[in-house]
Amino acid sequence: MLDLTPKEVSERKALRINPAKTCQPVGAIYAALGVHKCMPHSHGSQGCCSFHRMYLTRHFKEPAIAASSSFTEGSSVFGGGANIKASVKNIFDMYKADIIAVHTTCLSETIGDDLNSFIQEIDIPEGKYVVHTNTPSYVGSHVTGFGNMISGFIKYLAKSTKVSNGKLNIMPGFVNPGDMREMKRLADLMGASYIMLPDTSGVLDAPMTGHYDMYPRGGTKIEDIISMGDSKITFALGELTCEAPANTLEKKCGVPYKTMPLPMGVAATDAYIMALSQFTKNEVPYEIEEERGQLVDIMLDGHPYFHNKSVAIYGDPDTVLGITALVLEMGMIPKYIVTGTPGDAFNKKAEELFEQAGVTGCVAKAAGDLFELHQWIKNDPVDVMIGGTHGKHIARAEDIPLVRAGFPILDRYVHSMMAIVGYKGAIRLVELILTALMDRQDRDCNEEDMEMIM
Amino acid sequence: MSSMEKVLDKYSSKVYKNRKAHILEKTDELQSITADVRTVPGIMTNRGCCYAGCKGVVLAPIKDAAIIVHGPIGCSFYTWGTRRHKAKGDENTKNFLEYCFSTDMQEADIVFGGEKKLRQAIKEVVEIFNPATVMICSTCPVGLIGDDIHAVAAEAEALYGIKVMAFSCEGYKGVSQSGGHHIASNGLIKHVIGTGDTRVPKQFAINILGEYNIGGDGWEINRVLKRIGYDIICSIPGDGSYEEMRNAHVADLNLVQCHRSINYVAEMMQVQYGIPWLKVNFIGVNGTIETLRSIAKYFDDEGLTAKTEEVIADEVAMIIDDMEYYKTKLKGKTAAIFLGGSRSHHYQTLLKDLEMETVLAGYEFGHRDDYEGREVIPNIKHDGDSKSIESITVSKVPDKYKVRLSEERYAKLKEEINLEYYGGLIKDVEKGVIIVDDLNHFETEEFLKLLKPDVFFAGIKDKYVAQKGGTLSRQLHSYDYSGPYAGFAGAVNFARDVTMGISTPAWGLVKAPWKTEPTLTGQVAGGEV
Repeated sequence: MLDLTPKEVSERKALRINPAKTCQPVGAIYAALGVHKCMPHSHGSQGCCSFHRMYLTRHFKEPAIAASSSFTEGSSVFGGGANIKASVKNIFDMYKADIIAVHTTCLSETIGDDLNSFIQEIDIPEGKYVVHTNTPSYVGSHVTGFGNMISGFIKYLAKSTKVSNGKLNIMPGFVNPGDMREMKRLADLMGASYIMLPDTSGVLDAPMTGHYDMYPRGGTKIEDIISMGDSKITFALGELTCEAPANTLEKKCGVPYKTMPLPMGVAATDAYIMALSQFTKNEVPYEIEEERGQLVDIMLDGHPYFHNKSVAIYGDPDTVLGITALVLEMGMIPKYIVTGTPGDAFNKKAEELFEQAGVTGCVAKAAGDLFELHQWIKNDPVDVMIGGTHGKHIARAEDIPLVRAGFPILDRYVHSMMAIVGYKGAIRLVELILTALMDRQDRDCNEEDMEMIM
Repeated sequence: MSSMEKVLDKYSSKVYKNRKAHILEKTDELQSITADVRTVPGIMTNRGCCYAGCKGVVLAPIKDAAIIVHGPIGCSFYTWGTRRHKAKGDENTKNFLEYCFSTDMQEADIVFGGEKKLRQAIKEVVEIFNPATVMICSTCPVGLIGDDIHAVAAEAEALYGIKVMAFSCEGYKGVSQSGGHHIASNGLIKHVIGTGDTRVPKQFAINILGEYNIGGDGWEINRVLKRIGYDIICSIPGDGSYEEMRNAHVADLNLVQCHRSINYVAEMMQVQYGIPWLKVNFIGVNGTIETLRSIAKYFDDEGLTAKTEEVIADEVAMIIDDMEYYKTKLKGKTAAIFLGGSRSHHYQTLLKDLEMETVLAGYEFGHRDDYEGREVIPNIKHDGDSKSIESITVSKVPDKYKVRLSEERYAKLKEEINLEYYGGLIKDVEKGVIIVDDLNHFETEEFLKLLKPDVFFAGIKDKYVAQKGGTLSRQLHSYDYSGPYAGFAGAVNFARDVTMGISTPAWGLVKAPWKTEPTLTGQVAGGEV
């Protein structure tokens, strides 16, 4: 397993090996699927759209729709104006979407297609919408594309009527539908009236009914996106993912925003709850207090098994930072934390977390890759790894337990329905980490040391 | 109105006109279909791109090649470990299948050109891994900004003393993955096949072409072929290696499993080295038996023929009980099957083995010859899209060319077996079966509703669409992470998996009881119920 990876780390200037990121458009499609009756549309070659649909389907085990401009060599020379025009007509005709969310690809970006003017020239049926965003694959990552698509919806749709709707906007970060559900449940418990954009719950975790519905019940309603311009405040959860779209909304409609880390672990969930409380002026109900207390309780109960254990965490920047915050609260050492997404803000935030917790010798790296992470582990191993499917080869090669969390997880079921945010989500993550470590002890200990009670 | 007309009827006139030519209902007459032309924009096609066909399909299984994808990160990421073409390395053969190499182009590389970064990436891959060969695959922006990957490859080859080859397989070329298969095949012919001189063939030396070892199919096929006594020179490309492929020209016969993706290599090797090719099908019990007998006929050796029959009898004996059992579960079940460019045909034999009935079949990126047979090749019209795919002309390589068959024997074999011939899908389906080229999401939904097959064999993008609608879907690109499905043992695996899918108890739990039974029970006022 990964036998060709040398232990010696060499500096690489050009070669990316075993990346911990993918390109912008897949994030844009994921965000667009979180809008009700929306058809994501990829303006580029067919392959992009096909790859993205496959990836999302493999992660969620759900249909992931998206159409393509199906560029040919001719379109690449003369521009894709005719392609997008034909696409829009066919999508409204055949797939009865209410809104088409177009994103670009490295192909249409490189030839400089001007989607703004293309869309203006299209005859859009009454009551239907076409929005777009630019998602050059050679900038940022899938996380950037997710944020850009949210900005695209806001730029085209959000309006300020100067009359407040009294609501809170929640931008949930690049998280699973299960996480979005949990964020909404907590907001409901706090009595908040809110609009979440995007909201893939009810879309990418839709139930089996025996009837295929191209547009399941979930997703942010178009009228709600329009109304976001009249909201009182936006919570941008996942600072590195959602600050940009929250900022877009502020600029366009004057809605102020508050950035927060993803509500992962005790303190970050506390911050989310406190912010909700400040917004609603409601006291925190017992139900939430109870969940928080349960989380802290299991952290105390289980601590002998995870205290001071070292962990490698990899994946998307806000998710990795969120999990890092949780493991630090558990008394673990996040020895290596890696995201493929570029941006120094990740490193800075990680250093802040390390410093707050008083841990030293931990390494954080943005624009890193799993090949390098493996080399670090070869030189100085960890007790457990936390991240997506692509780390499983390292886990096997180095015989390290792997806890799956984040995106993408292609090799397990159910995960995308189960939250890792909120106190309940943290309880789940703590359980997964505990079980991984304790199963390991049961597997590795001497026969005479096998414990009946742990 | 036939189901075909019902589906087409829902289209706007422009789309109707386009799609009508891609759909037919099998009749007794000679039928023609439109295929390998561009997809209507906005239609949710299952097709991928040229890059997917070149790097993702044909090159990716070559285990000892370090394939650097020159472009932004996505294209490389999506073809990393996603296709189940299994391979094993050994002490002499490095296996790069667990690795993903990309130049991860950034904005500055697009603006100022990416050649410098590519050069550096090759240097790094050579220094860290010392691979047998380096392959470079370009993605859309590379062609647009004009990076000369071929010049970079030639330069690197001279510098590092290993084979470095470049493939211009930008995603916008052609109309589907198919163009990429052709470009990859051209590269293997130009740079790999015929460059080795280390392999001395034994008796009955063969290559297996267009077998990708998905789920270990190739290993199961090889097991049977080796039992019979064939000397397998190489597999192109499943579990194949650059080092082995270099010697492919010493074989005496090329077996072609996937006609669509690899017929180019077979044809060019025939011209260059005089190696005849045989269209085979290792899917299904009867398909495999017929194939084994055809290969034996080609070699025309008494011992080989006897051994072939002995192995067939033995292999069949091992699976017959299981197959008979599964037949009782699957007989009469109907299937729709929509796959890439050959599989939809291959699986017809296996479905027949199990007495299942096909109601719809089609290819994502097949050409007319894959539907109608190679006899239509001279009549296929080429358009701008197909002309954008590199086509090369090769000639006899005098010192390596060998005549394998006399003219007489060649003519006789042409009568008896599929020697350098492929008859296509249409001939092998029953009357009334719907054939659809480039089946799209809309048609999938509509046909599933109208034809109500018991199982839909397709890919991951369709799978959950079908299942949400109540139709079992099994992936036949990836076998839903099961397999092998090829050969004798594979047929049982397939039958077991389909039976499992049809009989899993969850199908019976879809409807909640309150949807069918009254939940409110009350009392009639003044009386007892």
